[in-house]
Amino acid sequence: MPVPCRGGCGNNAVLKRPKTGDALCKDCFFWAFETEIHYTITKAELFNKGDSVAIGASGGKDSTVLAYVLKTLNQRFNYGLNLMLLSIDEGITGYRDDSLETVKQNRDDYEMPLKILSYKDLYGWTMDEIVAQIGRKNNCTFCGVFRRQALDRGAAMLGVKCIATGHNADDIAETVLMNVLRGDIARLKRCTAVATGSEGSIPRVKPLKYTYEKEIVMYAHYKKLVYFSTECVFAPNAYRGHARALLKDLEKIRPACIMDIIYSGETMSVKEQVSLPMQRICSRCKFVSSQEVCKACVLLEGLNKGLPKLGIGKSSKAKRMLEEYHAKQAQNETVLEDVVHYLNDTSISDDKGNKNCRSKKDSNKENTSNGETCSKNNCCGGGCRSKTNVDVATSNKKLDMLLEQYGLDDNSDEKNATKENGVTDTASDHSEDETPFNGQEEDDTCSAACGGISIGF
Amino acid sequence: MTESLNISIQFGGGAELLFDKIKKREVDLPALKKYLPDCQREKWTIRELLLWIKENLLREREELFLQGDSVRPGILVLINDADWELCGELDYELQNRDTIMFISTLHGG
Repeated sequence: MPVPCRGGCGNNAVLKRPKTGDALCKDCFFWAFETEIHYTITKAELFNKGDSVAIGASGGKDSTVLAYVLKTLNQRFNYGLNLMLLSIDEGITGYRDDSLETVKQNRDDYEMPLKILSYKDLYGWTMDEIVAQIGRKNNCTFCGVFRRQALDRGAAMLGVKCIATGHNADDIAETVLMNVLRGDIARLKRCTAVATGSEGSIPRVKPLKYTYEKEIVMYAHYKKLVYFSTECVFAPNAYRGHARALLKDLEKIRPACIMDIIYSGETMSVKEQVSLPMQRICSRCKFVSSQEVCKACVLLEGLNKGLPKLGIGKSSKAKRMLEEYHAKQAQNETVLEDVVHYLNDTSISDDKGNKNCRSKKDSNKENTSNGETCSKNNCCGGGCRSKTNVDVATSNKKLDMLLEQYGLDDNSDEKNATKENGVTDTASDHSEDETPFNGQEEDDTCSAACGGISIGF
Repeated sequence: MTESLNISIQFGGGAELLFDKIKKREVDLPALKKYLPDCQREKWTIRELLLWIKENLLREREELFLQGDSVRPGILVLINDADWELCGELDYELQNRDTIMFISTLHGG
């Protein structure tokens, strides 16, 4: 016994809308689906006529549907947008290389220009190489942080006004829940915003903010849109997986919970006495950050210094590690110089000024085997990588000690994480919200690329 | 009557990864009384079909497809291309030549 469409069109319904419970036929569903997105866009004034807009495209269901719907609405309502696709190639063999083929298909199907940026080009490392360094734990941190910044960089290259991402209602509800579970008040406050962006950064908008995942999948199915779905080959985030599973269980019983969680996130207010991190500009890469140096730069420095775990966890810890690292280096240099001076039988000079790279000259001159070291506090993202590596290689003892300390720190950090999170963790600057690949991710998780997958498969 | 039931089972959205990556299958279900002698019903429903799928098709990590006696929340079920929530869900009685499709919403991009 077929159910008639609630739209009164006389057709049989094909689906029950999770948001309203209405039974609709295909055409009425398409109309409702697209009109709601149009309403989200116009009510929040996400775009201005003539804007260039980059769509964060992963080849997955959300970004594929977003690209299709934006193209449709752009024509139907005469938005006057110049739409383009922006994809990030993390360098994950067997995963992203395949999904990029789907993005290329989108490019052809929707007749939009496509820009692909790779981690390798931007950072000098592919995710495959990063995982080879750090193992499978925590790799989502790198991927998420790098992706977020990579999208900013890509958008800057394309000269667009904003980046549209495929975050759907389920993603946002999940992010609200995750931020509560982590006590991350700063992100909790901003994660439900339909448009985010601070000075100096390119705004991100989420036209699918109120669109249920179920409807996105049904829409793609009925429209026969081709999208890519597979699991990320690297391990997923278990904590997020539990949150996602909980949400799906709740949604099954009461679908409205998704909208209600978003509503709670939107209307919750943070007590005035809670201090929140200020958004500012990273002193190194000049992209938006909530710290002096952004998370992407910290992670990259860790990789390049042979301390890949630097930056996993709280920023305060990273700072401490770096300070220790530099202090040790400075100390080493001091010792080194002393030895050099001693060997040369020169009088020992005043060492007070020895903190920075001053040893470079001296050691070169004096042919010491240790070579140069770069111990400037702000050193090098990539610049002196090789030098540093040489240095690290030659001072195994120091490295061992550091790693050992680091390991200890790591444990204590996890214990403290819940306490510290809200106020002090601003570590992940580059991530305001997270989620699916198309662009988001919070701090240490890959919600999109590999996020729920494992759990979700 | 013990005539067998011929149906099409399809997987999409990543669900096929649990089923040897095969997206479409034509299957003949045996008479329900033969397959589940203790079953109180006369006709196959989605509930029994899930049991049959579990024992005959599901290759790995069944917790990613099933939860309790139903599919895992987040997996959509379409009966002849319509949302199963309109068709009685687990209690829908299979008809000959039906198409049952399972689409995962749980995959990232």
